Amino acid sequence: MTTVTEVTRAEYSVIACADAWRGDGEVLASAMGGLVPAFGARLAKRAFSPDLLLTDGEAMLVGLDGAVEGWLPYRQHLAFVTGGKRHVMMGASQLDRFGNMNISCIGDWARPDRQLLGVRGAPVNTLNNAVSYWVPRHSTRVFVEKVDMISGVGYDSAAAAGPSATRYHRIPRVATNLAVLDFASPGHAMRLVSVHPGVTVEQVQEATGFPLVLPENGVPFTREPTPEELRLIREVIDPEGLREREVGPA
Amino acid sequence: MTTSNTADKLLTPEEAVACLRSGMTLGIGGWGSRRKPMALVRALLRSDISDLTVVSYGGPDVGMLAAAGKIRKLVAAFATLDSIPLEPNFRAARQRGAFELMEVDEAMFMWGLHAAANRLPFLPVRAGIGSDVMRVNPGLRTVTSPYEDAEMFVAMPALRMDAALVHVNRADRRGNGQYLGPDPYFDDLFCEAADTAYVSCERVVESFEGSVPQSLLIKRHAVTGVVETPNGAHFTSCVPDYDRDEAFQKMYATTPWSEFAERFLPPGGDEKQYQSAVQVWHEEQK
Repeated sequence: MTTVTEVTRAEYSVIACADAWRGDGEVLASAMGGLVPAFGARLAKRAFSPDLLLTDGEAMLVGLDGAVEGWLPYRQHLAFVTGGKRHVMMGASQLDRFGNMNISCIGDWARPDRQLLGVRGAPVNTLNNAVSYWVPRHSTRVFVEKVDMISGVGYDSAAAAGPSATRYHRIPRVATNLAVLDFASPGHAMRLVSVHPGVTVEQVQEATGFPLVLPENGVPFTREPTPEELRLIREVIDPEGLREREVGPA
Repeated sequence: MTTSNTADKLLTPEEAVACLRSGMTLGIGGWGSRRKPMALVRALLRSDISDLTVVSYGGPDVGMLAAAGKIRKLVAAFATLDSIPLEPNFRAARQRGAFELMEVDEAMFMWGLHAAANRLPFLPVRAGIGSDVMRVNPGLRTVTSPYEDAEMFVAMPALRMDAALVHVNRADRRGNGQYLGPDPYFDDLFCEAADTAYVSCERVVESFEGSVPQSLLIKRHAVTGVVETPNGAHFTSCVPDYDRDEAFQKMYATTPWSEFAERFLPPGGDEKQYQSAVQVWHEEQK
């Protein structure tokens, strides 16, 4: 018997990330932008999406035990993207109502106030395979009306760019330290799917720089982890508790 | 089998850099803070060559050249130190508007290399449209599929370069290069996409007898010069020969550029002096 201790915000966040890959089948689960998405991907593979492919963060495809099952250097990884058999969870410095994402720079691109990473692979990712996002500190700094440099393409930008941009474009989910969001609303505006237990809808709205679409029948709580999932998170996937350091307080 | 008829391309870092000119377009291999031809970059930093267009999956190569004011234009999708996500000197240079930037996506960049290596003006890629990569690169054009689908793609222009600098684990003096780590990155493409290419290596070998065939990445027809520079990727990784020097990288990332350059890249110094200075620094940390 293990003692039942309260599920933490970080653990709900891992569940929120893991569920992004639910039902994905034999696709590459790429987890970027933090440890929580990486823990989520491993949890998904262990608990309910056993066919997922994982990388070691370098050039190898590995099983849950770290055993090598394939080779995926950068040039093949980029080809993997355009083949579509991949669902990546990226970080986001800014994210807007229609899912436009920025990791490039803050301010005027010509001479930014804060240079960040650059667009990296966000343009090719968003046009070719499923792209979800992870935001460890849900705030109006991240959730903005308009992003400064569209790196990841949102629904409105894809539609404006035409059929070759929308053909494979899909943003299944945004997971944060407070909530789960998606774009399954008329016009693909960001919708609040669930709040993590202990968080209110008002709190999420206040931390978001634009009005969220709310489901008609109220906002449910993010689901509870099963006892087995909780055990996997705590004892197998992240026994050091690194998840707690990454996730911001409410 | 005798190889006496083929050219001996061995050069010192200084001799390789002496083949370069201000105003050139220069490709730099590796990825982020991984297997960067840092010894050649250091030789470049000690030279008076400037006004460069640098094409790179950027790491400290970009940061240092930008800090030294040698970059007129950068072609990149990012610059990062990997374990330290933001490259401080790249950031500072961007924030003071120090160079022109062609910011493209990682895949667009790759297809630009392929186009150049294949002597094509462009290759179509489903990336870029819908993003601000199109806004900040008004010169980028699209192309419409001539088949029934009539889809529209970005016509990624060839990233043709005057010279490429790459670093591999082993090379022979004729210019054949071998990588022993898990990822070739894009080093062969850089060499093939450039008019000249300079390959630095950890060790020059007489033959590749007994090697895994797939490790023989770079072929000599695409190589102008070979430079033996042990620890030449420092402080970036060059596995399996060595991992990234994380402690040193952290110091680089937190030390003002002028201070770093004064100690590790002083006027009149060379690669040997740099490597000794690194050793001394490590001794001091103990």
